[in-house]
Amino acid sequence: MSTKNYRYDSGFSFTRVGALILRYTYLLRSSWPRLLELVYWPTVQMLTWGFIQVYISGASGRAAFAVGTLIGAMLLWDVLFRSQLGFSVSFLEEIWARNIGNLLMSPMRPSEFITALIIMSLVRLAIGLGPVAVMATIFFGFNYFALGISAALFFANLVLTGWAVGLFVSGLVMRLGLGAESLAWTVMFVLLPLTSVYYPVTILPTWLQPVAWSLPPTYVFEGLRALLIDHQIRLDLMAEAFALNIVLFAAASLAFRILLERAREAGSLMQMGE
Amino acid sequence: MTENSPPAIEIRELQKRYSGVLAVCGFSFSLARGEVLGLLGGNGAGKTTTIGMIMGLVLPSAGSVKVFGIDMAKDRYAVLPRMNFESPYVDMPHRLTVRQNLEVFGRLYGVQNIKKRIIELARELHLEEFLDRESGALSAGQKTRIALAKSLINEPDLLLLDEPTASLDPDTADWVRTRLETYRKAHGASILLASHNMAEVERLCDRVIIMKAGTIADEGTPQNLIERYGRHSLEEVFLDVARAPATQGTAA
Repeated sequence: MSTKNYRYDSGFSFTRVGALILRYTYLLRSSWPRLLELVYWPTVQMLTWGFIQVYISGASGRAAFAVGTLIGAMLLWDVLFRSQLGFSVSFLEEIWARNIGNLLMSPMRPSEFITALIIMSLVRLAIGLGPVAVMATIFFGFNYFALGISAALFFANLVLTGWAVGLFVSGLVMRLGLGAESLAWTVMFVLLPLTSVYYPVTILPTWLQPVAWSLPPTYVFEGLRALLIDHQIRLDLMAEAFALNIVLFAAASLAFRILLERAREAGSLMQMGE
Repeated sequence: MTENSPPAIEIRELQKRYSGVLAVCGFSFSLARGEVLGLLGGNGAGKTTTIGMIMGLVLPSAGSVKVFGIDMAKDRYAVLPRMNFESPYVDMPHRLTVRQNLEVFGRLYGVQNIKKRIIELARELHLEEFLDRESGALSAGQKTRIALAKSLINEPDLLLLDEPTASLDPDTADWVRTRLETYRKAHGASILLASHNMAEVERLCDRVIIMKAGTIADEGTPQNLIERYGRHSLEEVFLDVARAPATQGTAA
């Protein structure tokens, strides 16, 4: 072997994961509109749903709305949506920059790439939703962090779903090119009505309810309502969501691997870019 | 390195088929350690696909690629740290400064003392004045220098270059060629160079493979080819080969 000035990590390398995180951090730091975009839309959403909740609570006097179900659901929906978007956008940055070829021809392994995308998804969530969660407390009296262990369980389950969807969409973009990019921005909205974000599953038509229960976020939103309305911590719902998430993430990982192999077969990684 | 050391690249019966169309028709060649091999061929001859298969970015339909004796289909990660690649068709992230880009790639390649290596490269490739400028704000010639710096960041034993001087003015192109010659002499590196520039290939390459329609149409040293075809330059040889009727399966 060569005695050159490099160290070869034969397995998974945190140094390479760190290199990718450094790359995305430099990118975020270089552009204040990118940072602003992370906070802007969650803030608009929070204010909109916060005022709707205030209005409905005052008009109907229903306790269900007084305890923050709407604003809580909005915050959790954004955790789901933005965990996927954070994952996908970091991936898309490589395609837009025509840099994916450089990365895939380097010693970086796909597992290291995915780990870096997951970490960046968390970083983007913290930047985007952290201030919004604080504002929700100040303006509307809804303190997400006061939900305690439930807050952590809700968060963990939703980001797992977001990463699984992000992984699958990234695989599709790798195989099909930027024609599939719009999926990164829109695919999660299919889950908005199906996972019963703002209403109980029982509102859905009977035939649609099994579909809703096959999706992990449904358990989280039902769990939120159980906590806020009935003051019950439904660990059973969280366990079921976690089990489904494990299956979903494993399936997405397999799909990503297959789509990467198909892209290598088709030679599409050589020409990928805008 | 011993006499029994495997070659830098060893390709056997390499074939690539895209949707039923044969892009690379099952050829074999090798690149010795320390050698510079030119891949010539018109557009669509299969040069970029061949480089893609050597890097593991494109899966062969049949055949094998070994780099320093390691089968790329089985264990490409064992050898990728010893290789690097440059092409004007693959960009560096525009929003990052040159220094940031080199730092990221240095870490990806496991370079030990990155800051020192960046300073070395900046001095060798005259990057000092724009190390802290965004890569996207540079001219085509400056971007080529950055891409070259990235491809040398890990001091590769094997360098794959896909048209490294495409779209460069003659002065910058000559500058790049000189740097490649210097690097090869200093490090004993093996270089595979795909190019449309015959003068470049004649100057840099020990040996040349002329590809046509996914096959090897001819090969030899630049001087040997010029003599065999009774021509004055490699460009004339290339035109003779390119304009001759295609004869698939006659790979040398």
